[in-house]
Amino acid sequence: MSLGKEIGLAARQFSGHSGVAWTRPSLTLLIAWRNLVHDRVRFAVTLVGIAFSTILVGIQLGMLLNFLHTTSTVVDHAGADLWVAAHGVPSVDLATPIDGRRRFQSLAVEGVAVAEPYLLHFGFWKRADGIRQIVILIGVEPGAEMGLPLTLPAGQSFREALSSPDGIIIDRLYAEKLGVTGLNQLVEINDRRARVVGFTDGIRTFTQSPYVFTSLRNARSLLGRTDNLITYVLIRLAPGQDPATVIERLSARMPDVDVMTSREFAANSQKYWLLTTGAGISIICSSLLALFVGVVIVAQTLYASTMDRLPEYAVIRAMGGPRWYLYKIVIEQAVIGGLIGSVVGIGAVAVLVYLGRSMSSPPLFPAWLAVGIGAVTVLMCVGASLVSISKITSIDPVKVFR
Amino acid sequence: MKHAVISASGVSHSFDTGPTPVTVLRDIDVEVYAGELLMLVGPSGSGKTTLLHILGRLLSPSSGVVTLYGKSTQALGEEELAALRLKYFGFIFQAYNLFPVLTATENVMVMLDLLGVSRQIARERARELLKSVGLGQRLDSFPSQLSSGQRQRVAIARALAGDPKIVMADEPTAALDAESGLRAIELLQMLAHQQERAVVIVTHDPRILQFGDRVIHLEDGQIAERLATPRGPSPLHAMGAL
Repeated sequence: MSLGKEIGLAARQFSGHSGVAWTRPSLTLLIAWRNLVHDRVRFAVTLVGIAFSTILVGIQLGMLLNFLHTTSTVVDHAGADLWVAAHGVPSVDLATPIDGRRRFQSLAVEGVAVAEPYLLHFGFWKRADGIRQIVILIGVEPGAEMGLPLTLPAGQSFREALSSPDGIIIDRLYAEKLGVTGLNQLVEINDRRARVVGFTDGIRTFTQSPYVFTSLRNARSLLGRTDNLITYVLIRLAPGQDPATVIERLSARMPDVDVMTSREFAANSQKYWLLTTGAGISIICSSLLALFVGVVIVAQTLYASTMDRLPEYAVIRAMGGPRWYLYKIVIEQAVIGGLIGSVVGIGAVAVLVYLGRSMSSPPLFPAWLAVGIGAVTVLMCVGASLVSISKITSIDPVKVFR
Repeated sequence: MKHAVISASGVSHSFDTGPTPVTVLRDIDVEVYAGELLMLVGPSGSGKTTLLHILGRLLSPSSGVVTLYGKSTQALGEEELAALRLKYFGFIFQAYNLFPVLTATENVMVMLDLLGVSRQIARERARELLKSVGLGQRLDSFPSQLSSGQRQRVAIARALAGDPKIVMADEPTAALDAESGLRAIELLQMLAHQQERAVVIVTHDPRILQFGDRVIHLEDGQIAERLATPRGPSPLHAMGAL
């Protein structure tokens, strides 16, 4: 059989094939992958760029998350439904005093099941070597249901620890900073004696001034106050009570204080530090900058790759391929690069976060953030491919004949 | 009576590349028939490649009408013309323009992929086509691993993958040695004579003119001469003389 007849048979066999399975074209993914790995150095540079961008964004957002978490951590973990605070308190750490009678006024309001006093105040901690540190004293009733230290090692009782006349509880993270080496160590706060009776684990502070938990009575004593100073009233609602309704009643009864849900107070605290200090804006800007750097790197690499392949793309157009086929190749290149780069980057962030877990302000990197950053990175890469797509749009199939 | 597959009537074309448009084709009338090998020849700048573009519906003429199977194609948009090319045309390019990152089989599969054929069936068909052009041993070779003649055959297999009614080839023998060139022309001649396809070739190569059924000689954008031969001789005989 002649060569020509064989070709004819092969081609016609295809065209007359009755069992052809018509499906969506799938070769674009292979072309996209081969285009990427064809130039290994360029591909490696692309991946490093994407991974670098992912790491920057991951660390920055992790820091932001830690920032948000620590600015409201005592509110989030206090276990209160409502907070009564002095009018205009911008953040939980910047408390101003309220009258101790507010507790009893709150208790008298319908819908309030429990109302407990809470004192938060800055104090001066003096280390054995004479160095002073600013700490945040938190005073609660030893038998309180709300506002207690968040975690305490097994075998330790809050009630027992806080009942000792001069007992204080600090977090292990700050023990070295405060010069504390073990339990029952005597320390000085505001030139008054205190004794470390317990350690918590993982209660971080945004201001880097460690939280020092103690009884309300001892807190007042350490602050040199003989009055019934408090800064907040923590409220637990009676079962089935609507928070908004109880807030209205409390506000009507005490118009000169602010009453907020825990969620509102936490959000206010976060917003305050995020927006009034440069830190939050700076972190957000850094994240956006990292994203932008990633977009530029990916766009540049994809564009170079597209320019290299323009003759082949023009051939596809000449053969009758629709534009979307070429768009698909470029977008799939972007998605493949984005997926691999972001997985590498997210893995690196996870390792860095793990290594920095004992720092006082480690970035937080929950699974949802990792998935979100991965998705944003892939979207970023697809966005970066638009430059290449605009080039493909203007491809002239005639050019392949020149 | 034989009906034209493609008919160009009163076709003129100008390029606006500078301050004054350059006219490359003037009032051309051409018909292309199934089962014939038509050769467009002429010196550089004579307009033969532009005419190929227009006949292949890669380019719309400045004036004149191009019909495909008697239907005008003038009103079609870019994507509609692309769909038309996909359905009716197979192109063989001078520089082959194979995807360097794809194997011979995968390069042929691209055409089938555009047609929506499933990957598995496309692979089988691509391999059959490549075997039929004598590349059974080079199915998984990349273009860089193939000779010019082998690349040309991959390009031919790719052009034929969609079973086109019309095959357009631009200087198909330009980069080939004498023997490979004659083999390529033999393939194209077979496509026309045995499979009733319309084959249009643009060429500079005087060695292959004798194998065309008709030869249109262009000069300065106009048809200078039309030559018809009863039926071109087989390149296989010419190869015997090499």
